[in-house]
Amino acid sequence: MREIIKDKAIVQDDWTVLRLAEGETPDAIEVPAGKHIIPLQVWLIQREELSARLKKTQDLAIWFGSAEQAKDLGADAALFPLLAVDFPKFSDGRGYSIAYNIRSRLGYTGEVRAIGDVLRDQLFYMQRVGFNAFATREDRSISDALKGLTDFSEKYQTSWDEKNPLFRRTERTGLSA
Amino acid sequence: MYRYDQHDHQIIKERIAQYRDQVRRRLADELTEEEFLPLRLQNGLYMQRHAYMLRVAVPYGMLSSTQMRKFAHIARKYDRGYGHFTTRQNIQYNWINLEDTPTILEELASVEMHAIQTSGNCMRNITSDEFAGVAADEVIDPRPYAEILRQWTTFHPEFAYLPRKFKIAINGSKEDRAAIAVHDIGLTVVHNEQGEVGFKVMVGGGMGRTPILGSVIREFLPWQHVMTYLEAILRIYNQHGRRDNKYKARIKILVKAIGADVFAAQVEAEWADIKDGPATLTQAELQRVAAYFGSPEYASLPSVDAEFEQHKADNKAFANWIKRNVKPHKVAGYASVVLSLKKPGVPPGDATADQIDFVADLADRYSFAELRVTHEQNLVLSDVQQSALFALWQEAKAHGLATPNVGLLTDMICCPGGDFCSLANAKSIPIALDITDRFNQLDYLHDIGELELNISGCINACGHHHVGNIGILGVDKDGSEFYQVSIGGAQGNNSAIGKIIGPSFSAGQMPDVIARIIDVYLRDRIENERFIDTAQRLGIAPFKEYVYATPIKSFEQHGEDAGTVVSY
Ligand code: HEM
Ligand code: SF4
Repeated sequence: MREIIKDKAIVQDDWTVLRLAEGETPDAIEVPAGKHIIPLQVWLIQREELSARLKKTQDLAIWFGSAEQAKDLGADAALFPLLAVDFPKFSDGRGYSIAYNIRSRLGYTGEVRAIGDVLRDQLFYMQRVGFNAFATREDRSISDALKGLTDFSEKYQTSWDEKNPLFRRTERTGLSA
Repeated sequence: MYRYDQHDHQIIKERIAQYRDQVRRRLADELTEEEFLPLRLQNGLYMQRHAYMLRVAVPYGMLSSTQMRKFAHIARKYDRGYGHFTTRQNIQYNWINLEDTPTILEELASVEMHAIQTSGNCMRNITSDEFAGVAADEVIDPRPYAEILRQWTTFHPEFAYLPRKFKIAINGSKEDRAAIAVHDIGLTVVHNEQGEVGFKVMVGGGMGRTPILGSVIREFLPWQHVMTYLEAILRIYNQHGRRDNKYKARIKILVKAIGADVFAAQVEAEWADIKDGPATLTQAELQRVAAYFGSPEYASLPSVDAEFEQHKADNKAFANWIKRNVKPHKVAGYASVVLSLKKPGVPPGDATADQIDFVADLADRYSFAELRVTHEQNLVLSDVQQSALFALWQEAKAHGLATPNVGLLTDMICCPGGDFCSLANAKSIPIALDITDRFNQLDYLHDIGELELNISGCINACGHHHVGNIGILGVDKDGSEFYQVSIGGAQGNNSAIGKIIGPSFSAGQMPDVIARIIDVYLRDRIENERFIDTAQRLGIAPFKEYVYATPIKSFEQHGEDAGTVVSY
């Protein structure tokens, strides 16, 4: 079992991410038994068959590709115990807006997990937009990555984690010395 | 000007600690170069041809004499004794050691400066009118908004890994001096019919490979909504901007592909969800920030100073400098002074540590200890008493900072080009120096009048060549350096993209090419017509015809590596 960061702690994780191999298509692929995080497209196409299983076992979750959007899943979001967003490359920032929308537009309150090329220096921003779990890259120290969550103690602007901008939260002094 | 409070200090301090550790991990090989790259870029650190280059932000172009002195100190202690002021109201140091950078950032923080987001695919340093707050034609001071947006953009978690860099410029005067039409977002502070303050919002401008002027997507956005509206723009861009091809990744390509109307509609839909939320700007916050930008204690002076007028009448050189380098001020008896960094023989925008210290000194003595950096790569003392101009001129002259050429042909914008930049196709500094040499007669230069000549060493257009009245672009032909010339570009209220006149030239031909273009202008201009007006009236045909009519001899140019031979 691998370790991930969840709610600011290192924990064991038993989910498996299902990715389509070359040649596999979302309609034809069979989702194996056990806890799987499946591509959004698989859910959208096999929704009928998978719904019953999800209801019974709660062993399905969804991951979003970076070209997809929160609204593609819509109200179904509430059915899942976990939603994940994939970072094919750490420099692809679309996942930040997806996570923000999963929280703010879909009103999703469960676990939102970052998967893929997830590195220490991205974690602070990721938690701000709504991620609370991070499957950081396995070739890097996870305890080191944990430190990335506390890089800053203060922030200027609103995001998912902070509903009020700095100027509404504190009495900022007028002219400083 | 803005002063940090404890929160600003805290944020900058934590950033430095974070960056120091990133450098440590890079040096210990815990981070690959690929992983380190966006981290260092967002701290203003580039790898260039010879060394690391550090780009330091001068938010909306304003700085104090104390901050300026720090620039000189950094130039001396960590670089080779000079810095380079750029078109984006930054200063760049070209010879920096990676190991020194955390300490340099600490030194900068001690005077409330930073290098945050001066590079990388994030929202960059916000630029503005260098005469903001003092210009005679100002409608609304844009600086409080610029500072509020500086804070909003700083470490915005959602928009740190955009498809491409993102530049916001803001202007509050009748005349646009911030080149807003060639920015990803260009904001103009305006009044609506009811006299309320808000923004005209332009989006999708930019230069580079595909130069496009921005489109207005909202004529009036009440000021309270500036952050939520920009958030909506950025969210659309973050999700829909192209990421498959970095040359097509700027917001201008997205806006062009779907149309400004469709883009505007998407933004409005996105905005509807967050409008009036907590990110809405409050009157109290606006007032708090605006209080930092109150007027200094101006003396009450007559609008005309007799002694100053006498000096002007007696001294032609002084009068020339006044005409070109001194700008009208909103307060009677005051003026703003542009210190030209375009002296013959010196790369445009470069200043030595001694000059930087000296300018800080001038600011202390003549201008309430404040300074500005212009996007034409010059410096400004914004609040000088008319009666002090003559003394100031003499001092600036003695330090090579009073070349009376602001707005003239030799007041060029020029990127670092092949001497420093690893992306360059050709050198640009030696071209600038050679053209400056050719046009060394001040009378002639003044007779030619207003003319913006801009040079870029490659298609990225850091030297704004697209919007130069004359634009020069370095191109590579079979491994040799050549230069393509365009005419008719303009920045400001009537922004335009220049048109290429024809086949490119060698470096040695360039001074003659420019001379021929000027000949056509002088021949065909109607009385008092500026170069740009003649060029736009006639189109490129007469220039093209004359420039290519007979072969142009190539002359022996500087041609050496300015990066190693420039001396002051
Ligand atoms: C020496 C290091 C530099 C490097 C590696 C560099 C790199 C680049 C690149 C890659 C672009 C194209 C971006 C795009 O179109 O997406 C660009 C554009 C630009 N850079 Fe630089 N640059 C450098 C220095 C400068 C300097 C010294 C200035 C100012 C004098 C500057 C100001 C600009 C501006 C104004 C643009 C045009 C942006 C637009 O398309 O609107 N850069 N630069
Ligand atoms: S225009 Fe090209 S050569 Fe000049 S600084 Fe920009 S990237 Fe470098």
